[in-house]
Amino acid sequence: MAAIETLGLEKTYHTGFWRKKAKCALKPLHLTVKQGEIFGFLGPNGAGKTTTLKLLMGLVYPTAGSARILDLPIDDPAVKAQIGFLPEQPYFYDYLTAKELLHYYAQLSAVPAKERSLRVETVLAQVGLADAANLQLRKFSKGMLQRVGIAQAILHRPKVLFFDEPMSGLDPVGRREVRDLMEQLKQNGQTVFFSTHILSDAEALCDHIAVIHEGELRGIGAVADLTSSVEGKVELVWQGNVLPSSLRALGAECHITGETVRAVVLEANQDLAIDAIRRERLRIISVTPVRTSLEEYFVRKVQPSQAVAGGKS
Amino acid sequence: MSARIAYIASNTFREAVRDRVLYNLVAFVLLLSGAAILVGQLSIGIERLVVINLGLAAVSIFGVVIAIFIGIGLVSKEIDRRTLYTVLSRPVRRWEFIVGKFLGLAGTLVVNTSFMAIGVFAALFYVTHRFEQADGWIFVALYFIVLQFLVITALALLFSAFSTPVESAVFAFLIFVIGSFAQDLRGFAAMTQGATRWLATGAAYLVPNFSSLNVISSVAHQQPVAGTLILSNTVYALFYAGTALCGAVLIFEHRNLK
Amino acid sequence: MSPSRRSTATATVLLAVFLSSSMLVLRQVDRMRRSTPLQEVLFLTSPKLLKRLSLGYDGLLACVYWTRVVQYFGSKHFAGAREYALLAPLLEITTALDPHLIVAYEFGANFLAPPPPGGAGEPEQAIALTEFGIRNNPEEWRLYYDLGFVYYMDLHDYKNAAHAFARGAQVPNAHPWLKLMAALMAEHAGEIQTSRMLWTTTYQTTSDRNIRANAAAHLRALQVDEDVTNLEALVSSYRQRTEHWPAAFSDLEAAGMLRGLPSDPLGQPYKLCGEGRVEVTDPDDLPFIQKGTPAGYVPPLKPRFLPTD
Repeated sequence: MAAIETLGLEKTYHTGFWRKKAKCALKPLHLTVKQGEIFGFLGPNGAGKTTTLKLLMGLVYPTAGSARILDLPIDDPAVKAQIGFLPEQPYFYDYLTAKELLHYYAQLSAVPAKERSLRVETVLAQVGLADAANLQLRKFSKGMLQRVGIAQAILHRPKVLFFDEPMSGLDPVGRREVRDLMEQLKQNGQTVFFSTHILSDAEALCDHIAVIHEGELRGIGAVADLTSSVEGKVELVWQGNVLPSSLRALGAECHITGETVRAVVLEANQDLAIDAIRRERLRIISVTPVRTSLEEYFVRKVQPSQAVAGGKS
Repeated sequence: MSARIAYIASNTFREAVRDRVLYNLVAFVLLLSGAAILVGQLSIGIERLVVINLGLAAVSIFGVVIAIFIGIGLVSKEIDRRTLYTVLSRPVRRWEFIVGKFLGLAGTLVVNTSFMAIGVFAALFYVTHRFEQADGWIFVALYFIVLQFLVITALALLFSAFSTPVESAVFAFLIFVIGSFAQDLRGFAAMTQGATRWLATGAAYLVPNFSSLNVISSVAHQQPVAGTLILSNTVYALFYAGTALCGAVLIFEHRNLK
Repeated sequence: MSPSRRSTATATVLLAVFLSSSMLVLRQVDRMRRSTPLQEVLFLTSPKLLKRLSLGYDGLLACVYWTRVVQYFGSKHFAGAREYALLAPLLEITTALDPHLIVAYEFGANFLAPPPPGGAGEPEQAIALTEFGIRNNPEEWRLYYDLGFVYYMDLHDYKNAAHAFARGAQVPNAHPWLKLMAALMAEHAGEIQTSRMLWTTTYQTTSDRNIRANAAAHLRALQVDEDVTNLEALVSSYRQRTEHWPAAFSDLEAAGMLRGLPSDPLGQPYKLCGEGRVEVTDPDDLPFIQKGTPAGYVPPLKPRFLPTD
């Protein structure tokens, strides 16, 4: 059973005074997410990531197509008990304290009354807000609100989690913590579906990713496959500022920086290159296979219509 | 199901209670009750009339203001600020949300009315130095005022489901004004003919009838209120509020949230 | 000075200057407009319109207009007015807004009907107002009483007065004297005793301060008229007996015709003037008297209602 499955999920908005102008926010989307994996939904701003999430949450109704979560149609109320949602730049009732808010959510998610207080405390500690439990939400910083958002999503231990830009507003420490949390969720057997335009996070966390641009799915696949080495290159780093002539003959690309030299050669020529360096009695620091970065894949996928998109993070 | 509605209602109540505006309005009404004592002294012989008329009118008007002021934001504010997203991603049906919000605000208004009514009774006691049995009819007048609030709240909620706060406020206020003329409107409709008559009659019955819910003047003269009127007003208010709520649910159920 | 402090100083000074100037200009404007007293203007005259505008809070608006009625009449009366043009419209509005405000009908009967300066001099309006009150409050005996009163006092229409009193006598909890008054109309209309009975009833049953003061003044006037009539009759008979006018009341006392020196209801002694005329010491204090005033006396424009006793 797939965690998430969409079949031709489509959304067109009608804008303008007489609602004549049609704006297609999402072209028919076919997507499958396996249970227990972390799935990254990548795309530049305005690509349709949030629209997809809103469709899956039932906040917006599809123009065509359908979707299933844990093999239940998304309009089945039973689905909601199994999912958790963190919206983009969340905003909560600012007249409540963090504890009151989570209590309210726990009530709505039918967490048993006896367990509520304990669960709320645990979750607050998990996101690092134990000290701010009794502070009114209107006094929270953006980063703190993001943490509260994550807390309310995981509160009822749902099987599938949906995060929209979970890292936004967080400092590097916070981002690391969220990454660790997502790993933890995966270890618990929970599925995580998150959208982002920060590729390094996706590369580090995801099992599978999809790239979406201008409402259209441009690419989908396992991260390992997409970034595996296609051309088979190897990078050599050694100490010194001498470049053996034989290496130049191998057609290596070289950079000399201070006391180290970097050179990239074909994998086939790896042993020859190492021998050449050792003959000069130079100290080798590292030998690393070169992989296509996710960034390159991404840029390629969004290339045709937009030149300057994916690179920025 | 009912538990979720109760949770939403109590959260709405909590939100209203923590809103400073509420306290200002309640304090204002209490102030007016005190002022009624002074005004009564200007017109000797009718202090009782002035205290009851002014006190109940203040309860009524300020309650309507609170109902509209808070009611128009009940749904639209949640959509604008997107606080609704994390609520609707939980096992909460959209209609439960609407009903819960309504009950929360209705509860707030009942509590407010009680406080304001204490002010009115205190002023009355100060002026007349004793309560008579006929003063009991004031409770009926207050009950009718609460019924009025239920209708207005349901309407404000209906408007909130599809328009901006400013538009909702204008609509709700206009309906309150027209509703006070509802009886005249029906009379006017009876005098016209043809298409105008259909339109006028339609409008007259569509608009809430607030004129029969206002018994302040007769209660001030210690006149009794007929039991049949109490019963029919209760039923009417419940049906009308129910209509508006169903409308709100229908609109909200099919709305794409931004 | 730094730019910020400069702008603060300038703004403060300008604020003070503008505020005081606007206040001075306003005073000038007030002085120019003093000729039109605000009291005389009634912007909204239609009772039906006002009832609609009240949005159901008509009882409250009626209280407001009632206050205005009392202030209008009171202030004009003490300024010595000779007409009360707005009294009838204001009362009409008040009673249209709240038909159960009995005191408004009472006020109309007592102050719309009598001639100026004591009233507006519009008895027909008073009758119409009271009949409207009776239609809306058929169980209020006081309204029938007021109706009969106006017919009797101001229109001298004794037949209709009797009719009104008779209607009132049939109302449950009616004042016991109504039946009696209906009967009196037939034989003793126009007599001082009947008038006295009516004014006494008004004095005892009204809750309005102004009406009570008015009734007290009328009762005092009736007393004076009666006293002066009796005293002048005594003086005449003295003259017949002794062929000359008495010099003072002490003469009458000596002749055994009087016991003690006579004084008016306010405690001031009566004066015995030439040709057997009896006068009151201070006619200004006793409005409504028909007798006992010096020749050529004109009652002041500002009649005094002395406090009720």
